[in-house]
Amino acid sequence: MKKVNALKISLIAVVFGLLTGFLIIAVTNRNPYNLVVALVRSMAGFNLLKPDKPINVLYILNWFLETMPIILTGLSVAFAFRTGLFNIGGEGQYMLGCTAAAYVALFVKAPFPLHPILCILAGLIAGGIWGFIPGILKAFKNIHEVVVCIMLNYIAWYLTSWFVRAYLPINPNTGSSSINFPESAIIPTLNFGTSSQFNYGIIVVVIALVIFHVVIEKTTFGYSLRATGLNFEAARYAGMKTKFNICSSMFISGAFSGIAGAVTILGVYHYGRTFQGFDGYGFDGISVALVGASNGIGILFSGLLFGLLKTTSNNLQLFNIPKEVGELIQGAIIFVVAAQYIIIYLEEKLSKKKGEFK
Amino acid sequence: MSYAIEMLNITKVFPGIKANDNITLRVKENSIHALLGENGAGKSTLMSILFGLYQPTSGVIKVNGKEVSITDPNVANDLGIGMVHQHFKLIESFTVTENIILGLEPKGKFGTLDIKSAAKKVKEISELYGLEVDPYAKIDSISVGMQQRVEILKMLYRNNNILIFDEPTAVLTPQEIQDLMKIMKNLIKEGKTILLITHKLKEIKEVADECTVIRKGVGIATIDVSKTNEKEMAEMMVGRAVNFNIDKNECDPKDVVLSIKNLFVKNFKGLNAVKDFSLDVRAGEIVGLAGIDGNGQSELVYALTGMTKIESGNVYLKGEDITKYSIIDRFKKGMSHIPEDRHKHGLVLDFELRENFVLHSYNNKEFSSTGFIKYDKVNSYAEKLISEFDVRSGKGKDSLTRSMSGGNQQKAIIAREISEAKELLIIVQPTRGLDVGAIEYIHSRILKERDNGKAILLVSLELDEIMGLSDRIAVIHNGEISGLVYRKNTDENEIGLMMSGSLHKVGGEINEKG
Repeated sequence: MKKVNALKISLIAVVFGLLTGFLIIAVTNRNPYNLVVALVRSMAGFNLLKPDKPINVLYILNWFLETMPIILTGLSVAFAFRTGLFNIGGEGQYMLGCTAAAYVALFVKAPFPLHPILCILAGLIAGGIWGFIPGILKAFKNIHEVVVCIMLNYIAWYLTSWFVRAYLPINPNTGSSSINFPESAIIPTLNFGTSSQFNYGIIVVVIALVIFHVVIEKTTFGYSLRATGLNFEAARYAGMKTKFNICSSMFISGAFSGIAGAVTILGVYHYGRTFQGFDGYGFDGISVALVGASNGIGILFSGLLFGLLKTTSNNLQLFNIPKEVGELIQGAIIFVVAAQYIIIYLEEKLSKKKGEFK
Repeated sequence: MSYAIEMLNITKVFPGIKANDNITLRVKENSIHALLGENGAGKSTLMSILFGLYQPTSGVIKVNGKEVSITDPNVANDLGIGMVHQHFKLIESFTVTENIILGLEPKGKFGTLDIKSAAKKVKEISELYGLEVDPYAKIDSISVGMQQRVEILKMLYRNNNILIFDEPTAVLTPQEIQDLMKIMKNLIKEGKTILLITHKLKEIKEVADECTVIRKGVGIATIDVSKTNEKEMAEMMVGRAVNFNIDKNECDPKDVVLSIKNLFVKNFKGLNAVKDFSLDVRAGEIVGLAGIDGNGQSELVYALTGMTKIESGNVYLKGEDITKYSIIDRFKKGMSHIPEDRHKHGLVLDFELRENFVLHSYNNKEFSSTGFIKYDKVNSYAEKLISEFDVRSGKGKDSLTRSMSGGNQQKAIIAREISEAKELLIIVQPTRGLDVGAIEYIHSRILKERDNGKAILLVSLELDEIMGLSDRIAVIHNGEISGLVYRKNTDENEIGLMMSGSLHKVGGEINEKG
């Protein structure tokens, strides 16, 4: 019953979001059909305006590429949600993950495929630690994790910028990023002869999804984490290690975002970055988790949806439609999911009129 | 005499269930009318219809003889109908007056809030009806009984003439219940009409003029309370003969299981809530702990179960010093705990019922292997407990616990704790807010566990429950043990004196205090 409702709300949200997109395009005297064209093209690589041209796989791969980091950050936020915590620190954990992976890529010598695996582990641990800090403060000092997470995002930004400049060999051509990683550390692309940067990091994403699902739904550990999140006092009464649970939850949550950073930097950038601002994947993770109702399968689909909207945004410009329309659609979807109580309320009103009750 | 409320042939159908089936309820003006029924009989639905929260599928409502259509609670309020909900709707950080005037704030000069005149009016009303409260006290600093008075004052401030009380005594101590009964009688003297929703027969007998009994959504009868008795009402409510006298065998106490020695426990304010408390509980006996709410019972239970730190003194379980043991270690040593607050401690309401059954034992070999929960084992265990303890819910083991009735939630906790108890059961307020049928069943289960040789410490604010079940009775007053007597050598009067601290009697010694 609960799951059906979550699915229904997500679907209503998507429909509402797309309608908003069409409306905005229409009132600004552009052709709403072009949104359909852009969506189909981003999803299937097929150009509706030039039906004689073959399918272009590049578009499909780029869609999946956009999806990879936001599924991971979505899992990060969802893991915290399921255990009663709000991890808004994904940005910082992602940056730490990027930088830790870059350090291992440049300074540890190992053969492929061990090298990227070590880098990803480093990203996992760094992101985890960055999540663990607000976890400890929450468990032992009852300081709200949201406040700490937001502050840690900024600390992570400047910390990583300093670290890259201070400890990584800088590329003289850019002056603000490290030299390229050795070949052994790079996650190879899987582009079927196109120019896409889609890569084998997708395996990590799939493994993360499975681990998330299994830990949360099947293990005793996940059970006690959920119990702690849903009713702290009852978990304490039952003799669970509630403080340990909060810390572990935040560590694991942070680890997912750290992996997102590692996979991105090893698969797409191939060098250590100093950040000019937030990449936004940590915040996207909140949207993905919300629309995906914080369960594994839901996150897979909502990750694909948001990935599609992101790539579609870029393609929209080809049709003289500002790319902000894509963000607008995302915003409208989030709005409906966040305001789901309005839907529930309207539904109850409606059924009340019919003399029914759910 | 005319009727203040008439609800004629009310039927309310929800998908799959007829919550109210052609019920007629007539409440005479200026009287106390009780609405009696078990949990889930349809009382709340009926009252929600009267209060405008639901629309009836069919039927007519008349207020003061005029047919009305109550589409929402504001309409009900305009008609002079007010309601004290079971769970109070107060803002904790506001004062009494601020809560009462909420929505009807009196304006002073320049549109400022005129709190003084409001407080004065509150004071006047409270004196008129004998509802003592301090208009400037904050809600979170006053007792539950006081909070309920604030709810009553809210209705009076709004000039409501028809007052609905939904299970008003469920959260009150015996003294507060007596006060409330007096208040109700005062309200009638002042011309109000009261509709009292309850399943406590004693209270109906004491204050109500008439009583309408509903069972499974059907109106059974409306009776004159002065011409009936509790037994008759209970039979009408449950639909079968009810056994009020708890049948129990002689107890056969064996070895000491729980031994408390010179225990001191501090409360959250840092004051000693339990002082030099010593008590033994033996296998095969029920020791009842009586006392007025707030005399250290909760702190004592928390200390015994490991939920709070012990200042000094020791607790032994089967001779083993468990003073410093964690909650889970105490559980593993054979201690079970049915907690006072089933929502706060006893259950994870957003879990499925089956998940709540393994709240302590999910990590045991029986239900897990290598870190994975064996859901097939959990399922069969849940089904076993559900059938053994007759836990009723919409979708069996898969029901969301939140969606279950209070009685069945409590049964679920009792099922879990009794099944897991190896040596000792600490039971706190096991039947709070439950109906006669459920109480009867839970009492019989507790006695069965005693006869199975378990040691039982029963903490309850209901003196009837203590008197009915206990083999020995300990009394706690102001954190100290003020009485320890055999059930057969005492009576309610003596226990009452010990509860108030005016009599001290431990182990046969008698000290009269002035």
